[in-house]
Amino acid sequence: MSREKEEVGYMTSMSRPVKGCAGDTGEWRVFRPVKNDDKCNRCLLCWVYCPEACLTKEALEIDYQYCKGCGICAVECPTGAIEMVKEEKR
Amino acid sequence: MVSFKDLPEEELFLAGSTACQGCPSSLALRMAFKALGKDTILLVVASCTSVLQGSYPLSAINLPLMNVAFATGGASASGVSAAVKALVKRGELAEEPNVLVWAGDGGTYDIGIQSLSGAAERETDFIYVCYNNEMYSNTGTQRSGATPLGAWTTTTPGGKAQHRKDIAQIMIAHRIPYVATVSLAYPLDFYQKMLKAKEIRGTKYIEMLAPCPPGWKFPSAQMIAVSRMAVQSGMWLLYEHEDGETRFTAATKRILEGKVKKRPVKDYLEIQGRFRQILSSPEGQQAEDMLEKEVSESIRRLQGWVPEYI
Repeated sequence: MSREKEEVGYMTSMSRPVKGCAGDTGEWRVFRPVKNDDKCNRCLLCWVYCPEACLTKEALEIDYQYCKGCGICAVECPTGAIEMVKEEKR
Repeated sequence: MVSFKDLPEEELFLAGSTACQGCPSSLALRMAFKALGKDTILLVVASCTSVLQGSYPLSAINLPLMNVAFATGGASASGVSAAVKALVKRGELAEEPNVLVWAGDGGTYDIGIQSLSGAAERETDFIYVCYNNEMYSNTGTQRSGATPLGAWTTTTPGGKAQHRKDIAQIMIAHRIPYVATVSLAYPLDFYQKMLKAKEIRGTKYIEMLAPCPPGWKFPSAQMIAVSRMAVQSGMWLLYEHEDGETRFTAATKRILEGKVKKRPVKDYLEIQGRFRQILSSPEGQQAEDMLEKEVSESIRRLQGWVPEYI
């Protein structure tokens, strides 16, 4: 059995994990989250609640290439450090 | 006590997926993967998650993943779990990975219940997560067995006339080692329950309320707020069931201990568009009373399992 496996190999359709499998999903955004570092108390709530994993844990930087602009971070931020700003027409 | 700082930084759910804005399933996958780690095999039952993982040949999920048919969550897990055990026995795998089934409420409450029930009865070693958005969101928001009374769906335009069923109680009746309900608004509670499920052998059933912004008709930014209100109003009760005993957790525990006041169900209904029809109709008050009664009945039934109430 194991010899056969070596000869034939695996024959299956397989997907590869990549960032941005739906393209640059940042283009979907209507409102853009803008973070004010002076107000931020680093509670990490925005990082925890981001459904797209678009924030880094250390620097809490927003990845605008993939952020879809759902606005959860702005609503959940306890200090109001994140503001949703309308995107300019691209 | 776990804090947010203890959550691993590594993301196994990659950014830029095909999920809608503010999707509860993608957030739940992120949190579950943080708890379970890389050594996990994911089985996705036909649901929104089959779509949001991306299309061939790309995937947003950095784990071995298999898409399985609608009714086969439990059956596929039985097969994978047996295969994993055989590979460990033969020495081809060092240790058993976690087998995680990810299914929606359609794949659990309605279509998948027989295979889940069979797998639970066979004491298959796997974790079953049902992300319950109370409707068939992937196919355009039709009613399911989980849709609450009074909720609008495309197949219940005037509001559903029947109550939802309590599948976590059905799973408790299977005498499986671990049953828990979780909410996205309480991520540490979610994380700890996933860690616990990872350590226990046998069938583990975890159910999460997944407020779907387009299906439930509320802005995507309010997803966590709606999750929180569901718990605060008692429409979603947080508990875990182990060794024949139920323990309430997080906000549900605080409400039942009298530390926080329970919010009226109306507060939860009003923030979603799917209850607009029933609330503005003459039956609105009646539906509200029936839901309030459903909540108190569920709490009473659960308290039957809590040692301090017996």
